[in-house]
Amino acid sequence: MTDLATRTTPVSKTATRRRRHRGGGPRAGTVVAFLLPFFVPFVLFYLVPVGYALWQSFLVVRRTSGEFGTPYTTFGGFTQYAQAFQNTEFWGSIGRIGLFGIVQVPVMLFLALAMALLLDSPMLKIKAFFRISAFMPYAVPGVIAAIMWSFLYSPQLSPIVDLLQHLGLQPDFLGPGAVLWSAANVSTWLWTGYNMLIMFSALQSIPQELFQAAKLDGAGNWAIAWRIKVPIIAPSIILTTVFSIIGTLQLYAEPAVLRQISSNISSTFTPNMLAYAVASGNNYQQAAAISVIIAVITFVLSFGFMRLTSKRAGL
Amino acid sequence: MKVRESVAGRAAAMAVMFLLAIYFLLPIYFLLVAATKPQGDLASTFGLAFSHFNLFQNLGTLFGQGNGIFALWALNSVIYAVLGAAVGTLISALCGYALAKFRFRGREFLFSVILGGVLVPTTALALPLFLLFSAAGLVNTYLAVFLPSIVSPFGVYLARIFASAAVPDEILESARLDGAREFRTFFSVAFKLMTPSLVTIFLFQFVGIWNNFFLPMVMLQKESLFPITLGLYEWNGQTARIPLLQESVITGALVSIVPVIIVFILLQRFWRTGLAAGSVK
Repeated sequence: MTDLATRTTPVSKTATRRRRHRGGGPRAGTVVAFLLPFFVPFVLFYLVPVGYALWQSFLVVRRTSGEFGTPYTTFGGFTQYAQAFQNTEFWGSIGRIGLFGIVQVPVMLFLALAMALLLDSPMLKIKAFFRISAFMPYAVPGVIAAIMWSFLYSPQLSPIVDLLQHLGLQPDFLGPGAVLWSAANVSTWLWTGYNMLIMFSALQSIPQELFQAAKLDGAGNWAIAWRIKVPIIAPSIILTTVFSIIGTLQLYAEPAVLRQISSNISSTFTPNMLAYAVASGNNYQQAAAISVIIAVITFVLSFGFMRLTSKRAGL
Repeated sequence: MKVRESVAGRAAAMAVMFLLAIYFLLPIYFLLVAATKPQGDLASTFGLAFSHFNLFQNLGTLFGQGNGIFALWALNSVIYAVLGAAVGTLISALCGYALAKFRFRGREFLFSVILGGVLVPTTALALPLFLLFSAAGLVNTYLAVFLPSIVSPFGVYLARIFASAAVPDEILESARLDGAREFRTFFSVAFKLMTPSLVTIFLFQFVGIWNNFFLPMVMLQKESLFPITLGLYEWNGQTARIPLLQESVITGALVSIVPVIIVFILLQRFWRTGLAAGSVK
């Protein structure tokens, strides 16, 4: 009832605001002053570009007459999207990133979870050393990590290749079949420790009493880990999965660096590289459509995953 | 029987963790070794063993390259990351504090918009931002990288959680009764209580900007504005033509990661509070 009244008459709206102010809260102007320093750049550099990309993705460049007419931009509906979906390079990049994500994300998160559980168990000594060594790669920028690994992949410089050759193997980390997994290894190296630390922090905040009863019942470390700890830190595992999905879909730096030493990475290897290559050719509308598709896939996958898992886990 | 089993279990656990530690440290160790070698030894000697100690000459070559451009890149990275994270932390703190402590209409809506922002792939923003910035004449300036970097929806999310936990309402009430304005209350009371968590937010944003590559690559053509990541990437692309640049790429990579790794180890506890808070649903 009051809701209806405030909506219809502007007078009572200001009255409620004034009443609330008298109750002790800050003035509306003060609230705005706290929010604006963040929201102005947030709108300008987050929301406006999103809107602008959407808008651009619905435009096409046409010419007044034939090949040599003056170009002009006009509304083109879903033309750009149709063009993207007909592009085999687009599907190639989506396929590669899909394969990458399906393998790399579970491997990395399984490693991270196993390490977090071990660090949280009484099985280990020198835990600080293990924790720090795993987290250290997070301090290394993706580009630099890829440069470091590219030396370890390169047949001329790599000590790993040297060692494997001594064992009679002929590894080719930059070959057509292997290079995707070489890029995946760089991501795994970079992010396992970060994800491990998120899970480990969640494990550390579980009250110890929870395990006492299970221990008295004779449950071993494994049983406690899988039956009690993992379900409790499920929200952290979901969070790391969502962040990993977002990261995978944005993949750019690692394959771009490996491309500098391997001819088996095309300029359209990942969707993001494709968008950049298309934009470099001045086809901004097509690049915008690809960017929008990447963002939509990201949203659908991360929300979908959160939905699915929160239902399953009953969170 | 049970004791022996657990001894074997412990040994296996330690072995697995040692192998993983080698995996994580190996590339950094390799870089350290390679940075001490003369260019000629890179391909001819075993990568994990030291040969002639040439680190200081390598550093000299690195900083002499292109009229000392590497020092400029390092300075740029520091400017983008330190200033960007400082401003970003302040505006995130103000906003997160307001979302945690003030009651106003549309609060939850604003918060969900910000949370949606966490999921936006930032690389998808870079290309449209480039077009907008080129219309505004901002491309190829410090601001082109700096301005988008100060926005961190994740920082606001953390600030809201931290403000709810660290700043009790009673203290705010008593400050208000004393007649303190909201901004004074924030800076004199809340800011101090939130300081440890603000360090966490600062660190996350610092690393985010320090590691950023796609945005500067899209925005900058002028070499003198590059951050280290972009500069080394460009050099790395030229090593096929100028093989002598390889040693500088290696030494430059080492120089750029060592300070950050040291800061990381020193400030470890702040990471853990941040990561713990980030995983609270």
